[in-house]
Amino acid sequence: MTARRLVRYGSLGYLALILIAPVGLIFWRAFEHGFGTFWTAISNPDAMHALKLTLEVAVVAVPLNSIFGVLCGLAIVRHRIPGMGIVNAVVDLPMALSPVVVGLALYLLYANNGWFGTWLNEHGVRVLFAYPGILLATIFVSLPFVVREVVPVLREIGTEQEDAAATLGANAFTIFRRITLPAIQWAVVYGVVLTMARALGEFGAVAIVSGGLAGRTQTMTQYVQAAYENGANETGAYAASVVLAAIAILTLALMTVFGQREDSLGHRGA
Amino acid sequence: MAIEAHNVTKRFGDFVALDDVSINVESGSLTALLGPSGSGKSTLLRVIAGLEVADSGDVFISGKEATALAPQKRGVGFVFQHYAPFKHMTVWENVAFGLKIRRRPKDEVGKRVEELLELVQLGGLGGRYPAQLSGGQRQRMALARALAPEPEVLLLDEPFGALDARVRVELRQWLLRLHDEMHVTTIFVTHDQEEALELSDSIVVMNKGRVEQIAPPGQLYDEPANEFVMSFVGPVNKLDDAWVRPHDIELRHEPNGSTREAQIERIVRLGFETRIELVRDDGERLYAQLTRNEAEELELERGDIVYVRTRKEKTFSG
Amino acid sequence: MPRARRRALGAPTLSSGVALGYLSVVVLIPLAALVAKGTQGGWHHFWQVAWNPEAQAALKLTLGLALAVVGINAVTGTALAWTLVRDNFVGKRFVNALIDLPFALPTIVAGLTLLALYGPKSAVHVYAAYTRWGVLMALLFVTLPFVVRTVQPVLIELDREMEEAAASLGANRFTIFRRIVFPHLLPALLSGLALAFARAIGEFGAVILIAGNLPFKTEVAPLYVFQRLESGDTEGAAGLAVLLLVISLAVLLGIGGLRRYATRHDR
Repeated sequence: MTARRLVRYGSLGYLALILIAPVGLIFWRAFEHGFGTFWTAISNPDAMHALKLTLEVAVVAVPLNSIFGVLCGLAIVRHRIPGMGIVNAVVDLPMALSPVVVGLALYLLYANNGWFGTWLNEHGVRVLFAYPGILLATIFVSLPFVVREVVPVLREIGTEQEDAAATLGANAFTIFRRITLPAIQWAVVYGVVLTMARALGEFGAVAIVSGGLAGRTQTMTQYVQAAYENGANETGAYAASVVLAAIAILTLALMTVFGQREDSLGHRGA
Repeated sequence: MAIEAHNVTKRFGDFVALDDVSINVESGSLTALLGPSGSGKSTLLRVIAGLEVADSGDVFISGKEATALAPQKRGVGFVFQHYAPFKHMTVWENVAFGLKIRRRPKDEVGKRVEELLELVQLGGLGGRYPAQLSGGQRQRMALARALAPEPEVLLLDEPFGALDARVRVELRQWLLRLHDEMHVTTIFVTHDQEEALELSDSIVVMNKGRVEQIAPPGQLYDEPANEFVMSFVGPVNKLDDAWVRPHDIELRHEPNGSTREAQIERIVRLGFETRIELVRDDGERLYAQLTRNEAEELELERGDIVYVRTRKEKTFSG
Repeated sequence: MPRARRRALGAPTLSSGVALGYLSVVVLIPLAALVAKGTQGGWHHFWQVAWNPEAQAALKLTLGLALAVVGINAVTGTALAWTLVRDNFVGKRFVNALIDLPFALPTIVAGLTLLALYGPKSAVHVYAAYTRWGVLMALLFVTLPFVVRTVQPVLIELDREMEEAAASLGANRFTIFRRIVFPHLLPALLSGLALAFARAIGEFGAVILIAGNLPFKTEVAPLYVFQRLESGDTEGAAGLAVLLLVISLAVLLGIGGLRRYATRHDR
C-alpha cells in the first residue's frame, strides 16, 4: 500500500504546488486590503469597459462557433466529401497554434498593406485595433471546441435513427431538428461552455490585434496585464483576475455537470 | 404486384453486393430474403426502402416506379435489426412520430397509438423510455412505430437476430398472427432457414449478390434448384455425388441388396428426433434423422453395424 | 435513368460549403498571409533576416523547456490519472474537476498567480521570477490537464481482467504495470504529451509576466515574436512564427498518426 500512498500524495502534492497554491493566493491578494479596496479596484471605468468589451466579443463569437461546430461536425461525419480529413485537421489547428502566431497572421492579413487590409482600408472599415479584429482573433482561438465534442457523438450514434425517421416520412430538416440535434445536445452544451471559457480568457492573439487602449480596445485579460505592469495598480490586476478566476471556476462547475450528462449517455469522446 | 425489382445491381467499391437481382413480391404476402452474411439480402431490402440507391435497375412499389424516390416518399415501413429507437422519446412518442409529422389531428394520433400499443402488447407502457424496455418489447415498439403511418409495405431487417432463442420463437409466432390480421405486404431478411421456412409464403434464396431460387417453402425444401439451396435450406448429407436429407436415410439391421454397411458412431437424442451419426464402410461420414419412436423400435446402440440406404436423393449437374 | 441523390440529410453541400467558407475566412486565409510574409524573399532572405542569434536562442530555449515539460508531465500526468481512476479519497471529485482549471483559466491570470507565489513579493519566499524555472512553472501549469485527460479514459476502459490474469500467472504489481497496463496507455500518453508539447512551445500569456523580457535568458519563441512585432520588424516576427506554425503542424500530424496507430486493431 505504500506505493499507492506515494503515488497519491506525490501527485496531489504536485497539484497543490503548481495549481492550487498560486490560484488560492490571488484570491488572498485581491481581498488582502479588504472588500472595499477590491470593489474600488474592480469598478473603475477602465475595468468595467474591459469587462463589457470582453463580453461583447464573446456574445458573438460563441454562437457563431457553435453553429459552425454543428455544421462542421455533420459535414465531417455524415457527408463523405473528399477533403473532410483535411478539414478535420484544420479544425484542430487552433488548439496547437501559439496565440502570437494567430495574432500575427491576422495582423498581416488586415494591416493596411495586407491582402484584405488594403481593400477594407479603402472602404473605411477598421479591423485591427478595433472590435472586428478582436472578434476575429477570439473566433479563431475558440473555434474547435464544439466540433470536437460533436464529432465523436455523431460517430457513435450512427445513422440508424435518422434512417428510421426517413422511412417514417420525415424530411431532412425535421430529421435534424427532432432526431440529430436532441442526440447531440449535451455535447453541444459542453462544447459551448468550453468555447465561452476560451473566448473570455484569450490574451495573446488579442494582444497583437487590439492595441490595448484602456477604455477603448482593451479586453479584460489585457486589463490584468496593464494593471500589473503599471505597478501602482496591482490590486486592480488581482481584482480583475479574481473576476476572471471566478468565471473560470463557474466554467469548471458547468463542465462537471454537463460532462456528467454527456457521460451518462455514454457519449464522451476521448 | 406490390413490389418489383428488375435487374438491380449495387456495388460498394469493389465489392458487388447485388448482381442483376430481380424479384416480384405479391401484394399481401409474407416473403423472406434468405441467405448467408454478405449475400446481399439486407442491401436489397435497403434498396427497396430507398436507404441505398442502386447503381442500375428499377424498383417498383405498388405499380409505381420508385427507383428515384427518397425513402420518405415510398410509403414503406422499416424495422431495423437493432430497432433504432428514438432514445430521447417515450414509447408513445416513438410510435406517434410518423403520424405527428404528417400533421394528423391529435385525437386521431392518440387513438391510433393506443390501438397499436395494444396490438403489440405494449399497452400501458407508453410512458416508458426505450432504455427501460426489454429486447423483445423494443422490437415490438419498432414494429408498432413502422406500422403507425399505414405503410403499403413493411420491411424487416433481421428483426429477431438480436434476441435470445425463446423470445425469438415467441415473436415469430406473433409476427405471423399480426400479418394475418393486417395483411400488409411484408418482406423480412433472415439468415435463419428455419425462420424463413416457418413464416413465409415465398422465399428468395440469395448468395453472393445473386438470387439462387424463389419458391414457397415446401417447394424450396423438396425441389432445390442447386447445391447451394439444398445445403442452405435444411440439413443435408453429401454422399459421393448425391445430396441426401438425413430423414431420407433408412436404417436396417439386415442387409437388403441396395444397402451399404455402416457403423454407428454416436446417437444424439434431441427430444422428438434422434440423430444417428454413422461411418459407412468406405469411410464416408453421414447422419440420419429418425423419430424417437423409429429409433426406439430399432433398439440402436453405439458401435452397432447397420445397413443404410437412401429413400430419395438429388444430384445437380455441373 | 435518373439517379436519385442519396438522402440529403442536413443538406450536405450547403453545410459543407458553409463550414469550409467559415474555416477559410477565419483560419486558412490568415495563416496563408502569415506564410506568405514569412517566406517572402525565399530561403536566403529568411536565413539573413529571421535567423539571427536572438531568434536561435529563443527557439532553443523554447524547445528545451518544452522537452522538460514533456518529461515531467509524462510522470506527473500519469500519476495523477492513476490516482484519479484507481485510488479513492475524500475530495476526489473535487480534485478531478480541478484538473481542468488550466483550461478554463485565462493564461494571463495563470501567469499572475504564479508570479504572486514565486515572484518578487513571494509569499513563500521562493524567487523564481525572471528565471527559466519561473517560465518552466508557468508551462507546467498550463500543460497540466493534457496528459491526465488523455490517459484517464484509457485507464477507465482498461479491462481489469487482463491484470487479474497476469497476477494469477505470477506477475507482481510493477510487472503488471510495465507489461500489461503501460502498453495500453502508451498511445494516449504520447497523444497527451504531443498536445502538451505544442502548448508549451506556443504559450504566451502565462509566461509574459514571469519571464520579464530578458533576451537570451528567459525569452521564449512566442515572446520573441511579440517583441519583434512591437519593434516593427514584421519580417523577423513572421519568420519565426512560420517556424512555430510548422512545428505545430508536425505535432498535429504526429497525433493523427498516433491515433491511427492506436486504433489499428479496430479496423
